[in-house]
Amino acid sequence: MSILAWTYILVILTFALYIFIAWRSRVKETKGFYVAGSSVPPLANGMATAADWMSAASFISMAGLVSFMGYSGAVYLMGWTGGYVLLALLLAPYLRKFGKFTVPDFVGDRYYSNTARVVALICAIFISLTYVAGQMRGAGIVFSRFLEVEVSTGVVIGMAVVFFYAALGGMKGITWTQVAQYCVLIVAFILAAAAISLKLTGIVVPQVGFGSTLIEGERAGQYVLQALDGIHIELGLHRYTEAFHPDGMGMLSVFSITLALMVGTAGLPHVIIRFFTVPSVKAARISAFWALLFIALLYTTAPTVAGFARYNMIDTINDVPYTEAPEWFKNWEQTGLVAWVDKAGDGIIRFRAGEPFIGPPELTGERGEHGQRLVANVPTDNENELYVDRDIIVLASPEMGNLPAWMIGLVAAGGLAAALSTASGLLIVIASSISHDLYYRILNPQATERQRMLVARIMIALAVLIAGYFGINPPGFVAEVVAFAFGLAASSFFPIIILGIFTTWVNREGAIAGMIVGISFTMMYIIQTKFMGMDPWFFGIVPEGIGTVGMLLNAIVTVVVSAFTKSPPAHIRELVQNVRTPRGSGSAIGH
Amino acid sequence: MSKSFDVYWKKNLTLIAVLLVVWAFVPYVLGIFLVQPLNSIWIAGFPLGFWIAQQGSIYVFVILILVYCILMNRLDRKYEVDEQ
Repeated sequence: MSILAWTYILVILTFALYIFIAWRSRVKETKGFYVAGSSVPPLANGMATAADWMSAASFISMAGLVSFMGYSGAVYLMGWTGGYVLLALLLAPYLRKFGKFTVPDFVGDRYYSNTARVVALICAIFISLTYVAGQMRGAGIVFSRFLEVEVSTGVVIGMAVVFFYAALGGMKGITWTQVAQYCVLIVAFILAAAAISLKLTGIVVPQVGFGSTLIEGERAGQYVLQALDGIHIELGLHRYTEAFHPDGMGMLSVFSITLALMVGTAGLPHVIIRFFTVPSVKAARISAFWALLFIALLYTTAPTVAGFARYNMIDTINDVPYTEAPEWFKNWEQTGLVAWVDKAGDGIIRFRAGEPFIGPPELTGERGEHGQRLVANVPTDNENELYVDRDIIVLASPEMGNLPAWMIGLVAAGGLAAALSTASGLLIVIASSISHDLYYRILNPQATERQRMLVARIMIALAVLIAGYFGINPPGFVAEVVAFAFGLAASSFFPIIILGIFTTWVNREGAIAGMIVGISFTMMYIIQTKFMGMDPWFFGIVPEGIGTVGMLLNAIVTVVVSAFTKSPPAHIRELVQNVRTPRGSGSAIGH
Repeated sequence: MSKSFDVYWKKNLTLIAVLLVVWAFVPYVLGIFLVQPLNSIWIAGFPLGFWIAQQGSIYVFVILILVYCILMNRLDRKYEVDEQ
């Protein structure tokens, strides 16, 4: 059977499974809708959290990024896992004991202020909307590459599926579909990685194979990383494992980005609310462990895929005549994600340092004398002739490893599972922020269950439409979304939640001032350096890492302002004492 | 709050502090600050610094959370603040 047929079968089967699960777990009351009735077993919550967390970016783009960045790719690997330690030790157990529905709930109650609640809910919505647009786009791209439909058709299909199970089952439906989605995506990712590891090193466990010797080719007998370093030097590049070389990131950037991603992770509302869905404080702690374990399965595999694919790609393409290039190279050339310009005019593909031409490839639709697809771009004057889009590293890895057609279909289904599971988690945050925090807690506290459920479902529909719109018409800043979402999460929620738990005296005035200063500084810096062309003026810290500074500013302002204003009332001190011990945690309550 | 609560909370804070020192030391000191000298040490097919940055620190994070869960559950029971 062809790749396309297998892909259709696997995608349709997995989608049918998600919809079936959603139908089985449909809910009627707000508690089920917002926090799945606080009855999710810790192991299942761990899987759901992992699927929620690992987005299209983790599944499709991360290994590719690491592959091109070498050592500095570690910022994503460490940054997107280390935050879970902060979550487990500093946030999850206490927020679970607090036992409400949303992050703005905690901020509003702990800081006894609707102003704080509104600031928090605006942050939650902004972070989630920027993030969800990227997921819809990711789903659309997978559809268009593997199912040969338009990106916009793909986005619409993705929207329809997500809307169906999010609106029907709320958090409960999403949780159980995420469990299924985790299984699909992890099996796809690990099978592809194991196959390529087996082919290159003869060892099936990629984490072990990555540290073993090659079994074929002219570098057989060398360690994978030794061979990779050697190839890079031959091509005039820096060694793959070398840290802080002049063409990569400096130590300060690596440091600040890693820290910003860690604290940003711990402050992302769609991750935090997953810990409201388990039955107890003990369950919240252990489900953080399961979540990170399940995430680590993918995150320790991704750098091995990065290394194997990098070696395999250079080994099979570089200095090879175009007419003898492997099948996958020609398949992906059709999509414009790989391109070759014959600068030397000898028909041989040369991969060297630097970009082959200016800008992303624009196919002319014509073919050159060797049969290659021509691009309209202006060539650069270096010797590099090869363009490879980073996103194909994972998607093309089954083909690079000569895997059977069904594996390629499974990777496509895995990419879709990653995009849809993250999108649905974000939609719940948007819907609950508006229907619970804004509508019920502020505008209409007398609202009935029916009214609240209706508003929640309307909000899901609205959020799906907005996300879909941005998925089809991506604003120019999609690539900058990561900097924004993590910077804002780090500089808004993280410090005030921690201070709210670990001190009793931090007060309303401090928290509001801290959040506003933290977010304003971070947003201003990102806008200045990303969109207005200013140099990174704050000690040279890149915009991706500025959330670290925003977080510190937030904390300092919160502490200083609290010290000079009136202490919190007695019932707040009791509330803080109460969240510090597990005893007496019931299920989440409405208010 | 009672005296035993204060002791419980203090022990909790000590545990968190110790675990967070490890949490910061492995990635930031070994994986970033000392990566260049550590990369000159190869263990099997891995330069040590590179391995810590791309693999080892993730394993350490998983173990830290597990240790925290086990010790906190024990502490909860000892000071009788666990869920019944």
